[in-house]
Amino acid sequence: MARELLKGNVAMAEAAIRAGVEAYFGYPITPQTELLEWMSLRMPELGRAFLQAESEVAAVNMVYGAACTGKRVMTSSSSPGVSLMMEGLSYIAGTELPAVLIDVMRGGPGLGNIAPSQADYNQMVHGGGHGDYYSIVLAPASVQEAIDLTVLSFDLAEKYRSLAVVLADGNIGQMMEPAELPPMQPLKQSIPEWAVQGAENRDSRFLSSIYINPEEEEVVNIRLVERWNEIKANEVRYKEYYLEDAEIIVIGYGTAGRVAFSAVRAAREEGIPVGLLRPVSLSPYPYEQITQLVPQARALLVVEMSAGQMLDDVNLAVNGQVPVEFYARLGGIVPFPDEILAEIRRVAHEPLTPGADPREGWLQRLKTVVNA
Amino acid sequence: MAMTAAPQLVYDRPESLAENPTHYCPGCTHGIAHRLIAEIIDEMGIRGSTIGVAPVGCSVFAYNYFDFDFVEAAHGRAPAMATGVKRVLPDRFVFTYQGDGDLASIGMGEIMHACGRGENITVIFINNAIYGMTGGQMAPTTLPGQKTTSSPTGRDVEQMGFPIKMAEVLATMDGAGYVVRRSLHDPKNIRKAKKAIRMAFEVQKRGLGFSMVELLSTCPTNWGISPSESLKWVEEHMIPVYPLGDYKVTSALEGVKV
Repeated sequence: MARELLKGNVAMAEAAIRAGVEAYFGYPITPQTELLEWMSLRMPELGRAFLQAESEVAAVNMVYGAACTGKRVMTSSSSPGVSLMMEGLSYIAGTELPAVLIDVMRGGPGLGNIAPSQADYNQMVHGGGHGDYYSIVLAPASVQEAIDLTVLSFDLAEKYRSLAVVLADGNIGQMMEPAELPPMQPLKQSIPEWAVQGAENRDSRFLSSIYINPEEEEVVNIRLVERWNEIKANEVRYKEYYLEDAEIIVIGYGTAGRVAFSAVRAAREEGIPVGLLRPVSLSPYPYEQITQLVPQARALLVVEMSAGQMLDDVNLAVNGQVPVEFYARLGGIVPFPDEILAEIRRVAHEPLTPGADPREGWLQRLKTVVNA
Repeated sequence: MAMTAAPQLVYDRPESLAENPTHYCPGCTHGIAHRLIAEIIDEMGIRGSTIGVAPVGCSVFAYNYFDFDFVEAAHGRAPAMATGVKRVLPDRFVFTYQGDGDLASIGMGEIMHACGRGENITVIFINNAIYGMTGGQMAPTTLPGQKTTSSPTGRDVEQMGFPIKMAEVLATMDGAGYVVRRSLHDPKNIRKAKKAIRMAFEVQKRGLGFSMVELLSTCPTNWGISPSESLKWVEEHMIPVYPLGDYKVTSALEGVKV
């Protein structure tokens, strides 16, 4: 396959098609709508199911139903729409079904705006829906990675009977860049042993998330935790840049991680020993990999497009052993490389206050940038 | 010498009905509705190709009482879940079984749009004018003046609005192939209800769009009256508000006899 100029949303949609998605249910919302539009064209011409639902609530429950049949199935949305989907996501998790969600995050809270954001981190990584469950969450930093992670999300969802989320931001969804699509996979022919397709020549079965006896529900909850432990052991993904001799470790994912990479390269040219760890799987999170970097680090710098939602996870990994500094833009603003470069210089050259909440200093510095 | 007639089987458990005893209260008509559905699925020979979608409410465990494949929806979302199943398995029979709170309150959006799309599914709608599972609260179908645990002095339509007549509402939509209301309060009406459910599945078999049978049903426990009084209550109080009849029958059904 040749590289072609692709828009992120379209690339993720076509990647899902080539990964063999058999049904798509969604609802228009900026900045992910091109994904739905591409599906509306391509799925019917391939004889697969496409439906524009009446709401995100309905869309995710259509996904729930279709997932019960064991077919590859997905939806996509953006932050406010994903909030509406939380009910269905919890039911899908409680029924232990594979399903894929692409969330192209936008500024919030509330209606917010349609610009890129990473403020759904907690909603996707640390829950969202009710009950004890965990989702696999993968965060692309380029159109190519969005394609690759979309394909991977179907495999992981099926392997673990789990929700798999591609957590992109509006930048990834809207950006065009050269990327290579995978070849078209044949549709999955096997029917999982749990799938509901009609009790022809077998005993009847049902799929449900209700376990009215707490003793039974606890067993299911334990199974979900054990499955999650397996996922944690096998599916942590991250990218490392210039880390070998780095004394300042930048942590950022998605678009923020990509912008941070530009800043890290510029800082390297100035002789600052800085490197970048970019988490690709946000859930499971690369805690151990970050912990292992602590002995070589003078300080860490967390960069994100939310108010320290991922910072909390980095702090868990660092456990107060070295200063963790913080920089973020909020509400749909993407930081420029120069802003992050200035932060790297500050961390490299200025005294840091160990133990202080890095958000406090960051807010002061940010106010000089935004004139708030 | 008297002739001995050969024994004749007149009543048996349908193959599509599981042997589990139900948790339904004495005098509740859910059991009748379940049996009618099971008989029809047996008669049509579609047990192996039918997928039921259970609701949230008293019939949340419906899948324990039928012996074919089932899935369990979130509250009100059964039509959306059924849509998901039907769209990937269009040759299967897919039906939802929903109460009045599930279908006409929290699930109003999903039922309206499933009907509007002409989704080729069948809906069995149990209307007993009250929330059963949560203990007798007001439903969208609660009658004016009817006392419930959340309308303790009776449903005041000035404050709490009017009963919603789902068969009438859905029948206005072009996607509706077959929308009727029947009652389960006596044998004659039960026979009519069975024919209607059969017709609804025939609509689905022929791909004629959305089909719904609304069944007026009893809830002696939460109405606070005896099972036999409940049957009378349906006849005397519910039917005047919810007239029985055919609200939408697609012309494509002309000549189809069940």
